[in-house]
Amino acid sequence: MTTLTPTKPPTTPTAAPTKPGRHAVIDGMPRPGMPERVVKGIFLTVISALVVLPFISVISTSLATPEEVTRAGGFVMFPKHGIDLSAYRSIFAGGTVTRALLVSGFVTVVGTAISIVLTCTLGWALSRRGTLGNKALLMLVLVSLLFNPGLIPTYLVVQQLGLLDSLWSVIVPTCVSAFNVIVVRSFFAGLPAEILDAARVDGASEWRMFRHIGLPLSKAVVAVIGLFYGVGYWNSFFNALLYLNDAGKWPLQLVLRTYVVNGVELGGQDLGLGAESVPPQTTIQMAILMISVVPILCVYPFIQRHFAKGVLTGAVKG
Amino acid sequence: MSERSGTRTRGRMSFGARLLRDYPVLLLAVPGMVIILAFQYYPLYGNVIAFQDFQPYLGIGKSLWNGVENFAVIVNGDPEFLNAVKNTLILTLIQTVIVFPAPIVVAITLHTLLSNRLRQLVQSILYLPHFMSWVIVVAIFQQVLGGTGMINNWLRSHGMDPVHIIGNAEAFRALLTSQVMWKDTGWATILFLAVLSQIDRSLYEASAVDGSSRWQQIRYVTLPGLKPIIILLLILKLGDSLSVGFEQIILQQPAVGTGASEVLDTYVYNNGILGGAWGVSAAVGLVKGIIGLALVLAANKIAHRLGEEGIYRG
Repeated sequence: MTTLTPTKPPTTPTAAPTKPGRHAVIDGMPRPGMPERVVKGIFLTVISALVVLPFISVISTSLATPEEVTRAGGFVMFPKHGIDLSAYRSIFAGGTVTRALLVSGFVTVVGTAISIVLTCTLGWALSRRGTLGNKALLMLVLVSLLFNPGLIPTYLVVQQLGLLDSLWSVIVPTCVSAFNVIVVRSFFAGLPAEILDAARVDGASEWRMFRHIGLPLSKAVVAVIGLFYGVGYWNSFFNALLYLNDAGKWPLQLVLRTYVVNGVELGGQDLGLGAESVPPQTTIQMAILMISVVPILCVYPFIQRHFAKGVLTGAVKG
Repeated sequence: MSERSGTRTRGRMSFGARLLRDYPVLLLAVPGMVIILAFQYYPLYGNVIAFQDFQPYLGIGKSLWNGVENFAVIVNGDPEFLNAVKNTLILTLIQTVIVFPAPIVVAITLHTLLSNRLRQLVQSILYLPHFMSWVIVVAIFQQVLGGTGMINNWLRSHGMDPVHIIGNAEAFRALLTSQVMWKDTGWATILFLAVLSQIDRSLYEASAVDGSSRWQQIRYVTLPGLKPIIILLLILKLGDSLSVGFEQIILQQPAVGTGASEVLDTYVYNNGILGGAWGVSAAVGLVKGIIGLALVLAANKIAHRLGEEGIYRG
């Protein structure tokens, strides 16, 4: 359910004749004729298919039996000869891909936790208008949205801090998004001042107000930015390429690039399989692709329910 | 000092008193501010290596200064640099002319659908690719368009010649464009749909009374309603026009070579971090950054001139 289009008020009598029981989506617009509906139907079906079909063929190929993949020349649309999980078994056998999966999991979970804490605390502090330095801090955050310090200078800072080749290098530099801080701040700033005043009269400390009033009332917005941070960490590719030279610390996206995009062959040893036979490369590649897509597909329904709101709040108030 | 009606300030207080009162708030701000200062502001200082013969083992402190020597590539128009500028501008132009209008068409189509449920289904499908990383998008495109991919397999099995798309320098811009459209067209409809839902319904009613057709309504009510957001987004794009498709291109550069694919961002990465020409790359990055900032500020000014909100008020 998207929250984009507000529910429309009951159809007011309009000049356009509407049959009883049916209503025009846009009041005042005549109902579309058959040709238009057909054209729109075809158009939307085609663009939806363009998105969906590649995913289906990736899933199919990753599940197809080795014989079928060989016969099809490396690509299967609908497996007809049963399902074969050997590609998944081989990538979970404890080799390169398994390790990358663990790295990505770690970066995503730890990174998201850190991001949420830092974004919310800073957002809260910035929402407390009239406190010492509030305007200056807010200005610093806002101005940082306008420029990008540059690739090389940022690299030098990461190097200077000794983060090169450490997993922290893919978390720390990007863990606070100024944009998200502003989104959270505007939400906190919109909380009724009376609640906070009452809490202060009762002697609540700043931390208590943040922890027991601010956060619980902002669960939705915190969830949204958390999901966005999580997807960002899971998908992050360039920072890992830039800062991690040690292939043993590579996250899934780099493994995906090396073995799927660049087509480097994954041997039995890389996979940790020993002497067992290795499934066809295409199948393994599609399985790796699948395990990087599946977590996103899992959180997608949750994001979907909220993102329109989150994105728009940011766009309007940022 | 005028007294603010903020929740906390009561009358005039000394700095010390305010600090004593507000230090818990400041403490909460510290961790996040440290990250923003360290990775957004502090790196600005690193741009001084644009004026140095920078050597990583010497660091900024001990590297020798060489004045504006690093800017020679820009001033003298080094062919590789000019190629990067050319590719950047062409890609930006393509993205403005072809990629930008696509979501408007999709949004209007979705908005005029009769069935809410169908609309939500299509939205769910079309937004999805936005959440895929560039690595995934590029991998999927290779599987579909590559030498042994879906389309070429089908062509071969029907006795036709396969098409050479992946790794073909001539088709590279078309490939980049189709990837951007696949990934973000659906997502970009969000803003347009939000604006469409706010167009005053009485305008449609009035025009229907005057006997206008659906097409005329789209032409004379819907599109004018979208005009402000279109102008705003185009202006924002102007500010971003020197940064185009960095991750997307880095991933596919090995296959097509730098001739067709080098843009300013990849130029800085390839020559600086991979090639060791730190000073020169930092110089290019610095100039790019300054022009980019100038474009953002100018774009914002234009937005205000046109009576729009802009990105910030100033």
